[in-house]
Amino acid sequence: MAELPNTEERLTPDTFLRGLWEENPVFVMLLGMCPVLAVTSTTINALAMGLATTFVLVSSSLLVSLLRSWIPKQVRIASYIVIIATFVTIVDYAIQAISLELYAALGAFIQLIVANCVILGRAEAYASKQRIMTTLVNSLGMGAGFTLALLSLGGVREILGNGTILGISIFPADFQPWIVMILPPGGFFVLGGWLLLFNWLRLRKERKEAEQIGVTAHAR
Amino acid sequence: MTLEAQIQTQPPSTPAWAMLRTLGGIAMISGLLVALVYQVTLPIIAENQRVLTEQAVFRVLPGAVSKRDFVINGAGGLEPASEGASGELVYGGYDASGVLLGVALTGSAQGYAGPVNVMFAYDPACACIIGSKVLNSNETPGFGDKLDLDPAFLANFAALDARLNAEGTALANEIVTVKHGTKAQPWEIDGISGATISSNAMGRAANNAAQRAVPAIQRDLAWLMQQK
Amino acid sequence: MDKGIEIRTSPHLKRVISVDKIMRTVVLALLPICAFAVYQFGLSALLLLLTTTGVAMWTEWFFARLSGKGNTLADWSVVITGLLLGLTLPPGFPLWMAAVAAFVGVALGKALFGGLGYNVMNPALVGRAFVQAAFPVAITTWTPAFAPGRFMELIPSTLTLPFMQPNPVKDWVAGLHLDGWSGATPLAIQKFQHIEAPIADAFSGMIAGSAGETSALLILICGLWLAWQRMLDWRIPVSVLAGAALMALPFWLMDSGHYPSPWFVLSSGGLMLAAWFMASDMVASPVTARGVVIYGLFIGSLTVIIRLFGGLVEGVMYAILLGNALGPLISSWTQPRVYGTSKKS
Repeated sequence: MAELPNTEERLTPDTFLRGLWEENPVFVMLLGMCPVLAVTSTTINALAMGLATTFVLVSSSLLVSLLRSWIPKQVRIASYIVIIATFVTIVDYAIQAISLELYAALGAFIQLIVANCVILGRAEAYASKQRIMTTLVNSLGMGAGFTLALLSLGGVREILGNGTILGISIFPADFQPWIVMILPPGGFFVLGGWLLLFNWLRLRKERKEAEQIGVTAHAR
Repeated sequence: MTLEAQIQTQPPSTPAWAMLRTLGGIAMISGLLVALVYQVTLPIIAENQRVLTEQAVFRVLPGAVSKRDFVINGAGGLEPASEGASGELVYGGYDASGVLLGVALTGSAQGYAGPVNVMFAYDPACACIIGSKVLNSNETPGFGDKLDLDPAFLANFAALDARLNAEGTALANEIVTVKHGTKAQPWEIDGISGATISSNAMGRAANNAAQRAVPAIQRDLAWLMQQK
Repeated sequence: MDKGIEIRTSPHLKRVISVDKIMRTVVLALLPICAFAVYQFGLSALLLLLTTTGVAMWTEWFFARLSGKGNTLADWSVVITGLLLGLTLPPGFPLWMAAVAAFVGVALGKALFGGLGYNVMNPALVGRAFVQAAFPVAITTWTPAFAPGRFMELIPSTLTLPFMQPNPVKDWVAGLHLDGWSGATPLAIQKFQHIEAPIADAFSGMIAGSAGETSALLILICGLWLAWQRMLDWRIPVSVLAGAALMALPFWLMDSGHYPSPWFVLSSGGLMLAAWFMASDMVASPVTARGVVIYGLFIGSLTVIIRLFGGLVEGVMYAILLGNALGPLISSWTQPRVYGTSKKS
């Protein structure tokens, strides 16, 4: 489609960093909430889920980007889903091979990665239009952002809910665990807390910028 | 369809063969990848599964160093687990000199939040259950996990009576969980106050497991003891 | 000072009552209940009430400052939240957990919604629900009433180090040499052993339980006084209690050995306090006259259903929170017909 403007992005540090902060899939775009709430009761589960999702995200984005001129518009969603499902199946087997206990803890949420909107969103909005290198860097950034978000939830929930971090006890023996934190409501509470913090930081930054503009305008 | 609409829809039409080519190609890549990974991981997963079961069996039967799998066959007896045999699995635990220490049974019952799957150790010599380990459950942390941690509750499974009736078809007394502090019979489980539903589930799981497996174990006990 | 002619928009009320006047009256009505709690459970109950009220006030002040709202402590509503929260906790509840409850209640239940007038649910109950889920063991650990040295010493669990498990109270209770103390409240004994405490004891408050929930009689008197002062809508407590009694009646008639009598239902647990002081929360209850009756009956009957068939011993807290959540819906169902319009439209 020659008449469309060239949308290909140049590779900059921002290509990676955007996923971590500005367009963080969890804290800013609020995508993929299902695993965020469900499997973050411990840090190790959160980490495993984050890495699994990142792997699927990166490999499927790469393949989509590679095949992007081959995939006709009419069948693109079907193609993306088949590609994503392939990598999810691979991850599923890989986790079973690594640890069955981890597999039991993550449960159905591994298979559900296929329905994670972060991944389909990346394939549709980014990988299908961009070159392989930028796609790789961008999806790595998004995956890192997603993993970071899961870890920040999992960390808080495990510390308060169990008194441990990565299974290592960090409190004296008679620490009182906050049981609510490892139950589903704890996921909502902690997510709400993080969203509050992120929005507050964002608003403060925007206000500062607005003030800056006001000051310079005034100086003129 | 009007002429205008036809003109508008015509230009972007993609030839059908291109769609078929893409979908077919992607499906082929996908199939290849999945088949490859499946082949590579299959033996590792099977080994993981075996190790996990073995650990659980050795945990409920302390002292056991080898395990043999048996299935309860249609005739109500035991036979070695093999490709062709189907039925519920029980695991015989043997010590270093090949003496049968006990048989591990699995049972399941509905708990407070989903099924509670438990492995029990059955000792044919005393006709009682001598150990338990919760394989998986979703019980509330702090309450439900007492099933596996509370020493007072675990003491119930030191010698839980699981004798057969005279005909050898079922337990002489159903294993039941009773209210905390009211255990009077050797086949009763003293419940945990505050985790009543979870401890009741444990009792039902024990009863389910024993009712199914113990008659078969007792029937083929002599044969079972010769295996190792 | 000469006010001159006062010009106001509607509604034109005959009696001008301000928010802080209502709130101050409610605090006044709560004071006898607090006093009885302290008399019954001693120093620990006093510290508990001071902690919840203090932390609630601090949280309110903190969030008001953060949002640039000025001083919102003056409307007294947060004092009620703090006192009510303290009254619903077990007397030996560790103070640090009480502080968590007060903070979460005011922050999550009130401040984040925009302060007084915007909260969907009763903040005190939000705080209590949070600690109920977080510390289920501590919140069901009861200590005996009228312990001999209650004005001299604290219940050991009161002064627990923050983030630590409550100090065990078993030995301390054993040291009191009380006959027949089982560690359970009358409600729990009824639920699990089907033995009812004498109604007179439960009604007057000579029993174990949460700090301020034991004496149904005293709460009734304070609540009636408040209703007489027209500081609360009498329909709410009456319909809550009626809902509870009506729901309990058929079960009791069917099997009085297993199910509690309506009298026991009314005088035990936190029902009385909740009906008079929590369900009647002006912000979180429906606004229409028919609506409050539906709301009250719903809370009362749900409380009994949770008590009889749920895993929990007491259900009034969740019943009210659920009722609060339904409040706006009930209000919109029961909008009175605007004069001059037809019924259907």
